[in-house]
Amino acid sequence: MVRVIVDGTPVDVAPGSSALQACEAAGKEIPRFCYHERLSVAGNCRMCLVEVERAPKPVASCGFPVNEGMKIFTDTETVRKARRAVMEFLLINHPLDCPICDQGGECDLQDQAYGYGSGISRYHEEKRAVTDKNLGPLVKTVMTRCIQCTRCVRFSAEVAGTPELGGISRGENLEITTYVEKALTSELSGNLIDICPVGALTSKPSAFQARPWELRKTDAIDVMDAVGTNIQIQARGGEVKRIVPRVNDEVNEEWLSDKGRFSVDGLKRRRLDRPWVRVHGKLHPASWQEAFVAIAKRLEGVQGSRIGALVGDLCDAESIMALRDLMWTLGSLNLDCRQDGAKYDLSDRARYTFASGITGIDEADALLVVGANPRLDAPVLNARIRKRYLSLGRGGFPVGVIGSLSSDPTWAYEDLGSNPVSVNGLLSGNIEFVEKLKAAKKPMIIVGQEALTREDSGALLKACRTLAESVGAITEGWNGLNILHTAASRVAALDLGFVPRPGGRSLRGMLSGGVDVLWLLGADEFSVNAISPETFVIYQGHHGDAGAARADVILPGSAYTEKSGTWVNTEGRIQRSFQAVFPPGEAKEDWKIIRAASEVLNAKLPYDTIEELRERLQLGVSSAAGLTADEPGAEAIEAKPLMVPSRSYYLTNPISRSSPTMVECADVYAPGVAVAAE
Amino acid sequence: MLSDKDRIYTNLYGQNDWRLAGARARGDWDDTKAITDKGRDWIVNEMKASALRGRGGAGFPTGVKWSFMPKGDGPVPRYLVINGDESEPGTCKDREILRHEPHKLIESALIASFAMGAHASYIYVRGEFYNEARHLQIAIDEAYEAGLLGKNAAGTGWDFDFYLHRGAGAYICGEETALLESLEGKKGQPRMKPPFPAGAGLYGCPTTVNNVESIASASTILRRGASWFSGLGRPNNAGTKLMAISGHVNTPCVFEEELGVPMKEIIEKHGGGVRGGWDNLLAVIPGGCSVPLLPKDICETVLMDYDSLRAERSGLGTGCMIVMDKSTDIIKAIARFSQFFKHESCGQCTPCREGTGWMMRVMNRMVEGRAEIEEIDMLEQVTRQVEGHTICALGDAAAWPIQGLIRHFRPVMEERIRDYKRQHGGPQQVQLPAGTPVAAIAAE
Repeated sequence: MVRVIVDGTPVDVAPGSSALQACEAAGKEIPRFCYHERLSVAGNCRMCLVEVERAPKPVASCGFPVNEGMKIFTDTETVRKARRAVMEFLLINHPLDCPICDQGGECDLQDQAYGYGSGISRYHEEKRAVTDKNLGPLVKTVMTRCIQCTRCVRFSAEVAGTPELGGISRGENLEITTYVEKALTSELSGNLIDICPVGALTSKPSAFQARPWELRKTDAIDVMDAVGTNIQIQARGGEVKRIVPRVNDEVNEEWLSDKGRFSVDGLKRRRLDRPWVRVHGKLHPASWQEAFVAIAKRLEGVQGSRIGALVGDLCDAESIMALRDLMWTLGSLNLDCRQDGAKYDLSDRARYTFASGITGIDEADALLVVGANPRLDAPVLNARIRKRYLSLGRGGFPVGVIGSLSSDPTWAYEDLGSNPVSVNGLLSGNIEFVEKLKAAKKPMIIVGQEALTREDSGALLKACRTLAESVGAITEGWNGLNILHTAASRVAALDLGFVPRPGGRSLRGMLSGGVDVLWLLGADEFSVNAISPETFVIYQGHHGDAGAARADVILPGSAYTEKSGTWVNTEGRIQRSFQAVFPPGEAKEDWKIIRAASEVLNAKLPYDTIEELRERLQLGVSSAAGLTADEPGAEAIEAKPLMVPSRSYYLTNPISRSSPTMVECADVYAPGVAVAAE
Repeated sequence: MLSDKDRIYTNLYGQNDWRLAGARARGDWDDTKAITDKGRDWIVNEMKASALRGRGGAGFPTGVKWSFMPKGDGPVPRYLVINGDESEPGTCKDREILRHEPHKLIESALIASFAMGAHASYIYVRGEFYNEARHLQIAIDEAYEAGLLGKNAAGTGWDFDFYLHRGAGAYICGEETALLESLEGKKGQPRMKPPFPAGAGLYGCPTTVNNVESIASASTILRRGASWFSGLGRPNNAGTKLMAISGHVNTPCVFEEELGVPMKEIIEKHGGGVRGGWDNLLAVIPGGCSVPLLPKDICETVLMDYDSLRAERSGLGTGCMIVMDKSTDIIKAIARFSQFFKHESCGQCTPCREGTGWMMRVMNRMVEGRAEIEEIDMLEQVTRQVEGHTICALGDAAAWPIQGLIRHFRPVMEERIRDYKRQHGGPQQVQLPAGTPVAAIAAE
């Protein structure tokens, strides 16, 4: 540790820290614009100037390394003068259109102008105006407001890995631009909005919608992928206005994927706000009572084994457990949460989760990706892989990919073929990449859903496990065989054993006439047309999507913003989110619907409040351990290439499919379409 | 005054052959091995003893700079980078070395690189210097052919490569870290310091960046001895320097002169006197446009060296003076500089990016007189706000000429403003002498 004296207070900081970090350690607030702790240091805004003893002029504290015994002064006349000077310079060409600026109220420039700005302007010359750039459907630009801090340039180059922004021209003509106008291709582009200290980059979909101080803020968990990004839902009245990330260094740092951020407008479209019952082939609006009666009537005399339940990708653990308990009480063993037909090894929880944890990526020193597209499956997690890749330098982080990546993964990799037989090649040593895995101290293997939804997935998973054991990826204190999920509800459902019990039917069995009554809990991601026509379908969910269209009874549930729920992310982290708004119309919280239905069906569940329910909620262990949920698949890996899913990244669930913004993104970024803005 | 025998650059005017044969005749490449045989430490110490100060403008002792390079052999390569991006307005001294004394430069680069453990040296030549770069390239090719560069360069046992890189015409690329960025193929924007180039320079490796003249002088200094060089000039301002005179003199020229000679003498001797006689002199900018100007009365007595000019709150800079006689519109002249700095600011850091434009616009109004007298003070304050708050020295360079103008020619600026008001109407403002009691005004 290095001892530094900040304004007379001694503090100990790690060697190599910057003066700014030392000042923060001493509890001093240093104003800054260009400095961001997760980006490289640019030192160009000059707002963080401090005085250092024996330095001839004020130094930029963000990039100034500390020395033993260094004396830093953060609050002298020189420092105040310097900061006032910088603030004046920043403001002379800033439009001061705060009343119509979306950043107003959460603007660094505005805030710091209170501390260091002058009440009057001494600048009477012409002001600069800069042409706005079209960066695609998500990020709105008002470039005249730009203070050239280059945070966005560094973010897109370093974190997002899509170096599409840069500065052109010199001096006061310096502008941030993509040079050739195009839409940003990153799935993390929304973070530019957060990272921009002024109103130059703001949200295009929510432009002019709300002021930050009007918004009610609720902590929640993102469900658009299985990362479990910590988010804050900001709502006004009954409407979610926007979603921003919260800082959680162990999960998402402070990033949020575009789908998680911009799907909000899907939450008020195509909503199921009242029960519906199909009469003579046509859905009719109904009351809750009528809906429940319809269900009870249909279920009368149906054997438990002829009832099935399917859980979708966006469900909270509470409703999954309620549905499971209901099914068990009704005597059904036909449960499934794997709409995509994925096969998992349920014997141990570590075998179906991202076992090393997301932070494990920060320790891994070699990576093999099998049948995953991390950039699309989990953009935030991919940013962490890129961070690791950058921090180890050229060649320091060997990555091999088996499968086909649909876009540049933002890190360099060795293509080991799109065919999963390459795993055998690695096992036999025919593919040299295995040496790099063996040489690594903490090798990591990521197995994605594309590898798990095949006929031969069982064999493939087993081969991956053998490989992991042979290269030392599974040792004492390190488990580098990771499953990358894409569905937010999947791990919770697996924890709760929402898989076919012995004698029960899996999804495939249930579809082909194996059940008379099928209860879909927000399940839309399978081919609903495959449900046999005689099956009575109960759809409980929040969006009028594929499942609702096929349903005989629709029970309107609530979206993730409208209920307090528990989520388990791909690494098995259990997180709780809170209710931000109320569900629309007559829609109810999902566990309550199931609880109410249980009463009608004479299978009363033993809990009346969510607290009672949660007491029984057993997450964190595999309750299906020892079950072989699957029909036996192929014995050996088949020589069939791993297929990239054809669906767009932006349209993977009912909420995003209902979102005009996401639909527009899917158009703009459709594969094969040259990415151009308009 | 420098006698002919003490000149380093004996072919400054290109009257003799600049190629290898001519250079050899003048003593370059004469047993270079004898110098390198004395060892790295000897060379660095000799350079320190010679008290040579950087000839690019900042005047940092060259030997000391060389000694900052890591000692011994490290795992990473080191580089000597020579700054030939001579873009300072009014400055044209390195150009003469590049085109007429290229071998002196190459040989010195070999010796300097040997002393610092560098096996490669890059020279960044200003893009506009097309012919100069061509001369230098021919000289490099000659040297390779003669075995003076490459493996076992000049028989010294030291492998040394010398590369020429041409800039693209940005003034800021003359700043050492911007130069390194540009050399690496990036946008020429200065880097934050620390780390200094001696720690992490070109491609992150230890690097020394020297001006062309600083390097080119090394071979002669080491041949003739540090004491010879330090014996010239004044204490702490030792040796000879290439200087130039441009502007309103009878014979503008580049010349080599001892430091510490009175400016007036230099103008009279080398420049052939001010146009229209000494009394017609208005002001002199002593070293390229980024140092404050000096009015005639100071020019009478000031000596041309680092410390004397510093004491007059100006600087030696590049040593290339711009002489202005009384026909000059001094405000317009400085406004033109402001325009130059506004144009050449890289735009990276706030005070320079925003300040240079502001200063230029106010200066442009000052030229017309379309301003208020208080704005002179405001302008002065703005220059103070830019100065010392930027990443590189361009902010300082943009501020100093204006500060010099206000310091020495404020009455001219005020007169211009009053004149404008007389012609165009507007409130007449009378500047009262400082300290006039308010009661006295009321009594009038």
